[in-house]
Amino acid sequence: MAETYDIPTGYAELTPDSANSAGDKTIGNYTINFGPQHPAAHGVLRMVMELDGEIIERVDPHVGLLHRGTEKLIEYKTYLQALPYFDRLDYCSPLGMEHSYVLAVEKLLDLEVPLRAQYLRVLFAELTRICNHMLNIGSHVMDVGAMTPNLWVFELREDCLNFFERASGARMHSAWFRPGGVHQDVPLKLLTDIGEWCETRLPKLFGDAMSLVIDNRIFKQRNVDIATVSKADALAWGFSGPMIRGSGIAWDLRKSQPYDAYDRVDFDVPVGTRGDCYDRFMVRVEEVYQSARIIKQCLNDMPEGPVASLDRKVVPPKRGEMKMSMEALIHHFKLYTEGFHVPAGEVYVATESPKGEFGVYLVSDGSNKPYRCKIRPTAFSHLQAMDFLCKGHMLADATAILGAMDIVFGECDR
Amino acid sequence: MAHNAPLIRHPDGLAARITKALDKALIEVCEAHDELHLRVARASIADVLTILRDDFAYQQLMEIAGADYPDRAERFDVAYCLLSVTANHRLTVHVTTDADHSVPSVRSVYPSAGWLEREVFDLYGVIFDGHGDLRRILTDYGFAGHPLRKDFPLTGYVELRYSEAEKRVVYEPVALAQDFRSFDFMSPWEGAQYVLPGDEKADAAPPPPPPPPPPPAAPEKPAKAPKAPKAAPKATRKSTATKSAPKKTKG
Repeated sequence: MAETYDIPTGYAELTPDSANSAGDKTIGNYTINFGPQHPAAHGVLRMVMELDGEIIERVDPHVGLLHRGTEKLIEYKTYLQALPYFDRLDYCSPLGMEHSYVLAVEKLLDLEVPLRAQYLRVLFAELTRICNHMLNIGSHVMDVGAMTPNLWVFELREDCLNFFERASGARMHSAWFRPGGVHQDVPLKLLTDIGEWCETRLPKLFGDAMSLVIDNRIFKQRNVDIATVSKADALAWGFSGPMIRGSGIAWDLRKSQPYDAYDRVDFDVPVGTRGDCYDRFMVRVEEVYQSARIIKQCLNDMPEGPVASLDRKVVPPKRGEMKMSMEALIHHFKLYTEGFHVPAGEVYVATESPKGEFGVYLVSDGSNKPYRCKIRPTAFSHLQAMDFLCKGHMLADATAILGAMDIVFGECDR
Repeated sequence: MAHNAPLIRHPDGLAARITKALDKALIEVCEAHDELHLRVARASIADVLTILRDDFAYQQLMEIAGADYPDRAERFDVAYCLLSVTANHRLTVHVTTDADHSVPSVRSVYPSAGWLEREVFDLYGVIFDGHGDLRRILTDYGFAGHPLRKDFPLTGYVELRYSEAEKRVVYEPVALAQDFRSFDFMSPWEGAQYVLPGDEKADAAPPPPPPPPPPPAAPEKPAKAPKAPKAAPKATRKSTATKSAPKKTKG
C-alpha cells in the first residue's frame, strides 16, 4: 500500500500484517444471564442471552424455577380439593384458571349448570380479565419507562380484588367456581356496585391512564415494530389470546367455541394489524372495554335462580338445608370427605383466559381423584418463541417483548 | 349433551375422511365426551401430524400431554392436542410408548412441539427421536428421575434447605415428620379389598383351647364361636377412619 503507517513504538518488531491488527481483539459474542432475579422478568425467568454488542443473537429461556409439582399433587387430591391449585397457577387471573378446570370436570360428568351460575361465572371471568390486563398493561408500561399509568391502573386492580373479596371472601385465591356452578351467590349490592364501577370509575380512570400512553412518542418508539409476528408464525408456534390476535387473526375461544353464557352476550374481538408489541398492547386495552361491555350485559340479563347445580351427588347442600334434612347431611359429609366420582374418560377443555388458551387435559379413571390432570399453560408456547422474537433486537427491547407477552411464572412452571 | 364446556362441532364425515387419509397408520378412532380421539402407530406420528396439518388444516399443536399407565404393556400415552382455527375443531392424537422405545419428534412439523416434548421427556422419561435439544425443562438442574410417573412418590426423594454451617443450599434425603396419608374410600360393606388391621388374626391358627371352665360356665362356650366374625365389622368401622396408606419411603 502507498500510505505509510506510523507504527507506534513497541510494535516495530511486528511484521506489517500483524501490525494492521495490532491492538485489536477478537471479540466473541457476549453471554449474559437475564434473571432469574430481574424486575422486568415478571417472576423467576432466567434467560441466557447471547449478545453481539447490544444486539440479541440468541435467547435460551430457562423456566421451571417456580415448579411446584401441581399436576402431581392434583393426582393425590379429590376433584374438589384440586380446585384451589388452579388459583395458584396464574395468580394474576385466578378465576380464569378455575374456569377451565370446572368446565373439564363438568364435561366428564355431563353436568348442566344453572343459567344464573353461568352468567356469574362469565361476569367474574371478565372481571378477572380486567384485573389481569390492569396488571399487565401497567407493568408493560413501567417496563418501558413510564411510572404514573401503572399507579393509576393498580387502583382499578385493587377495585377488582375488592369485588372478588366481596363475592368469595378472598382477594386473590377465590376458589369460587365449583364443579356445578359457583360456591355461593353474590349480594345484590355487589352487582350494583360492579355495574356502577363499569359505568363510571373504570372508563374514566383507565381512559385517563391510557391517554398518557397510547399516543406517547417514547412508548411508541419502544413498542412499534418490535418483535413482529406474522400470522403464519403465530399459528405455527401455538400462540393464543392477545398474542395471536395481535398478529391479526381474529381467534377468540369465547366467540368460536362458546362456553357458559358467552353465546348469550355480545362483544367484539379486537385484532392487531402489524403483530408487534404495540398491537398486543392495544388489543389488551380494547379487551378491557369489551370486558366491561360483557359485564354490563351479564348484570342486565342475569336471571334469578340457583347458583349451582341441584345434583346432590356433585354439589354439596347449603348449611340451612343440612339442619333440616338427614340426607343433606349425609351428602355433605360424603362430598367433603370422599368427594364425587367422575366417570372414566379423557377430555381437553380450553378456555380463553386473559393470557390466551388455558387448557386442562383431564383423565379420569372413574374414581374420586383425577388420574391425570395436564395443564396447558399459555406462557409455554409464547415464551418458547422468545428466541425468534428477540433475534436482532436490542437488549432493552427484551423487556418490552416480555411485557407484551404477559407471562406469569406460576402458570408457566406449574 | 348438557354441559357448558366449549362447544366443538365435528365436521360431517370427518372421522371417515381421516380414516381414509391415514390408512395404515391409524389404529383406532373413537369419539367420547364429544371429543374425537385418534390412536395411531408410534413410528408414523410425524407423518400423521403432517397430513393432519396440511390436508385437514390443524394449524396449531396446543399441547402434548403424557400419561402413565403402569399396568399396560406400553405404559406411556402421549396425546397431541391439535386445533384448527379455520375449521374450528379440536382433535387429539394418541400414541403409546415405554421407557425403551422412542417416539419420533414432531418438532419439524410444529415448532411449538419443542418445549412440549421436552416437558414430556422431563416428567415421564419418554424419549423423542430427532428432537435435537431434549433437555429437562421444569425440574431442577441436576434432577434425577421422572416425577410424574406413577411409581415416583409424591414427596420425591430429596429436599433442600439453606445450611447455615456450609453457607449454601444443601440437598438431603426427604425426612417427613408424618407419613403421607392417603385415605381410600372403599366401603367395608361393599367388599373392600384389603385386610383390616386385626383381621389377619381371623385366618391364623385358632388359639389353644382355653382351660376347661367350671361346669356352671359351660353354656357360654358355644357363644364364643359366633363372636369371632362379629369382631371383624367392629374393627372395620374403627379402622377406616384411621387407615393409613402403605408406608412411603422415609429417608
